Amino acid sequence: MGYVFDPAAVLTGQYLDWFIWGLATTIALTVAAWLLGMTIGIILTLVRMLPFRSLEWLVAGYVEYHRNVPLLVQILVWYFGVPQLLPRAIRMWVNSHHSEFLLAMVALGLASAAYITEDLRSGIRSIPKTQYEAARSIGFNYLQAMSYVILPQALRIVIPPLINQTLLLFKNTSLAMAIGVGELTYRTREVDSYTFKTFEAFAVATVLYLAISFAIMALGSFADRRLKLEIR
Amino acid sequence: MLEILEDNWLLFLIGQYPHGPVGGLAMTLFLAVAGLSLSFPVAIALALARLSPRRWLRGPATAVVYVVRGLPLIMFIFWTYFALPLLTGHAVGGVETLLFALVIYEASYLSEIIRAGIEGLPKGQAEAAKALGLGYFPTTFKVILPQVLHNMMPSLVSQFVSTIKETSLGYVISANEVTFAASQVNNQLMTQPFEVYGLLALTYFTLCFTLTSAARWLERRLAAERGGLGAQPA
Repeated sequence: MGYVFDPAAVLTGQYLDWFIWGLATTIALTVAAWLLGMTIGIILTLVRMLPFRSLEWLVAGYVEYHRNVPLLVQILVWYFGVPQLLPRAIRMWVNSHHSEFLLAMVALGLASAAYITEDLRSGIRSIPKTQYEAARSIGFNYLQAMSYVILPQALRIVIPPLINQTLLLFKNTSLAMAIGVGELTYRTREVDSYTFKTFEAFAVATVLYLAISFAIMALGSFADRRLKLEIR
Repeated sequence: MLEILEDNWLLFLIGQYPHGPVGGLAMTLFLAVAGLSLSFPVAIALALARLSPRRWLRGPATAVVYVVRGLPLIMFIFWTYFALPLLTGHAVGGVETLLFALVIYEASYLSEIIRAGIEGLPKGQAEAAKALGLGYFPTTFKVILPQVLHNMMPSLVSQFVSTIKETSLGYVISANEVTFAASQVNNQLMTQPFEVYGLLALTYFTLCFTLTSAARWLERRLAAERGGLGAQPA
């Protein structure tokens, strides 16, 4: 075939810069969406623990929407659909401030929040009610019981699934290429179309994705081992 | 919104068919069904290889599963998109590309479910089969796997939902499925993206939520079944 596999060809000059920018954007998008998802996930968890049935249903609806619609479609709704609904002034502002990155972040963050709140809830639920009752009976109020007794125990259960969630979020940032966010997959395609070194370009991206994914997986199994309660 | 549906429901459902290739929701469902069914034998092979005492079987299988879990699906789709024509020697369409990528991807995730199922089965089952004089293959295919697959039904349905959602990536390589159909409708209308993509989201939601609910129902039924069995003295 005469095809020479030569990764060095795509790791020089501007192409190297594109990969670095792509990787940086992927990481920035992961971190931003993670923070947004965590914040909203915690708020949703607190809201669904309030004694109002209607609020509980609302959160359940939120979770079901984000779990049953493909993430790519959610991103398309946010990118193409939502700006149409905004008032003109806000729309202009969004359009002139890297709207694709912002909207991808919102879409990814909101979707993660749905999974995070489920993880958090099942963590809290797994703590027996007697723990809370015991804390109250020795004189703790609600907040003290939560922060000194329930949450420290729940955290132990919640951290491994949250790390797994982070891995999924990291991989899902690649979907932002569909709306033109210059993250790693998008940049890889760009390098490919400029150099025609398709396999080299995708090999570089594959190695970069795997390196970060494996690091997150390693963190996950470390947390798993550290946090597992020894049942005697 | 209703007007869009009235004008384009056929495109949403079956794409350009009969004047062109089948597409739309029909293609989405076909891709999901075919993707999951074809990945099934691969997944069983991967799971058995990962549990094998032979290192030359276990090593590569473990590597495959980890690499797949570490990469975004879109990377697989692009690899397939570029490599498949080179390997087969002729042009490969978007649908075939997507199907191929889905099979490998789903097989890895399914294999983990199957492996967990096999490991979760009481050891006594395999030991009893061995004591009866059954070899490895009869033990695996007549004793272990039927029970594992039965217990796995809810996870299988969830995996089917994931597969349906993953077919939406066909949009990126212009495979003719429902997300791609919606983008075509959007390109024609130009002015109502929220309605078009909202309809698309609603379509997926109806389909997937029904299946998710079915998975939950199955889960409850299985739990009741296990409770019934557990009540008997072991």
